[in-house]
Amino acid sequence: MTGASAPAEARLPAAVHGPAALGLVFLVLPLVALVVRAPWGRLLPLLASPELVDALVLSLGTATAATVVSTVCGVPLALVLARTRLPGRGVARALVTVPVVLPPVVGGVALLLALGRSGLVGRHLDVWFGVSIPFTTVAVVVAQTFVAMPFLVLAVDGALRGLDGRLEEAAATLGASRGYTFLHVTLPALRPSLVAGAVLCWARALGEFGATITFAGNFPGTTRTVPLQVYLALQRDPDAAVALSLVLLAVCVVVLVLLRDRWSKGSAL
Amino acid sequence: MVLLVTGAAVAACSQAAGGQEETGSGRTLVVLAAASLTETFTMIAEDFEAAHPDVEVELGLAGSAEVVQQVLAGAPADVVATASTSTMDLLTDAVLVTAPRTFATNTLEIAVPVGDPAGVEGLPDLARPGVTVAVCAPEVPCGEATRDLLTTAGIDIVPVTLETDVRAVLTKVRLGEVDAGLVYRTDVRAAAGDVTGVPLAPVVDASGGAGRTTYPVAALADAPAGDLAEVFVEHVLGPRGQAVLADAGFGPP
Repeated sequence: MTGASAPAEARLPAAVHGPAALGLVFLVLPLVALVVRAPWGRLLPLLASPELVDALVLSLGTATAATVVSTVCGVPLALVLARTRLPGRGVARALVTVPVVLPPVVGGVALLLALGRSGLVGRHLDVWFGVSIPFTTVAVVVAQTFVAMPFLVLAVDGALRGLDGRLEEAAATLGASRGYTFLHVTLPALRPSLVAGAVLCWARALGEFGATITFAGNFPGTTRTVPLQVYLALQRDPDAAVALSLVLLAVCVVVLVLLRDRWSKGSAL
Repeated sequence: MVLLVTGAAVAACSQAAGGQEETGSGRTLVVLAAASLTETFTMIAEDFEAAHPDVEVELGLAGSAEVVQQVLAGAPADVVATASTSTMDLLTDAVLVTAPRTFATNTLEIAVPVGDPAGVEGLPDLARPGVTVAVCAPEVPCGEATRDLLTTAGIDIVPVTLETDVRAVLTKVRLGEVDAGLVYRTDVRAAAGDVTGVPLAPVVDASGGAGRTTYPVAALADAPAGDLAEVFVEHVLGPRGQAVLADAGFGPP
């Protein structure tokens, strides 16, 4: 968790530098290409379209909502997974990981079968409450939460299991209640991982495509987030798609840099 | 019979590649085709493989616009078949293909889930409040045809989703998530049992072919498989290919 100190660096075998550089280049090269090949001359007119503004507002709003939902449900879930002795925790932990490895389109189909108008649960929502989730902005948040929440749960769960329990024990022996210990001892110790998990979750939600287009559909203003707009633009005008991608990239970089500076000093980010 | 045809193909091939290294065994032909050709081109490819035992056809199916973008981006393909002339024009303009040929036509039809929950009987019903409709986005061929159709018919509908290919619209209808979708006639046939077709009133069809689309096919100018690509195009336009397409409900070119 602490930054690399000089002695630690000295102990690093020299052989890691080659693969490390290769890995970095591999990850950064496509982003460089995006910037280099961007239609800089046409950028302003391309970005001035009201459709893009709609998509960007929708993307930021839904990704943030998905992160809030993920935090509200995901942190308690991580606590239960890491700190209780309930049977089936191992299975539950594996199941939480499934959306991470599931192709998002499959996730979208699964969501339709569960929450769609004729889905397992959705059927009853429709009959009892007249509520239909697909093709609404709520569906976008649902799809994003489904694919993004595991990132937060896994980050917090991992941190909890690595936490030194003696601090909490000490607080308890000094007479602190469970609630007080959680708020003043556990939570502060978790903060870096929680922030890292929430940022990952938000970023994953912002980039979500497959589950969204399958479960929520694609309609400007309601469900067409920036990734969907990029995909659609790619069909006719790849230049516009590159310009849009650049916007999403810029937003991600700005947010990550801001967060890193303000809240997650010394954390995994 | 098979030997004879194979001999002809090999002859055609050596003629084309100008004596380049083609041993006649294990050749691959990459065909990229529009999503609405999924079933027909799978059958046509099997037919073609049966007729040319040394050839393996690799079929890539996606929305027409996506197929075209793949080729523009340099995907190694031999034959391209799209669901509209406007998408193929992008390849002609880029001089990647010359003289594409029309091999089929298709007509839009309303698809409704089994049981027709919203009681859709024609285009005007799609404009009724409370009827959820899926259509293709205007950026892709089926959406282009849909827009023309609705403009010509003077009907203004507010769909719940604009899908990026016709099969995605069909899926939404199949799963019962929408009350109706505008797809091609052939898609309704392909999903028979899961969806019911509501043919469009002839009034609309008579007014200048709105709601119709033509399918062009072309061999790529620099097809890695050489003249074999042209042989495949001939097969699609020939009696076997045309029979498969007619069976699926496509109109003649």
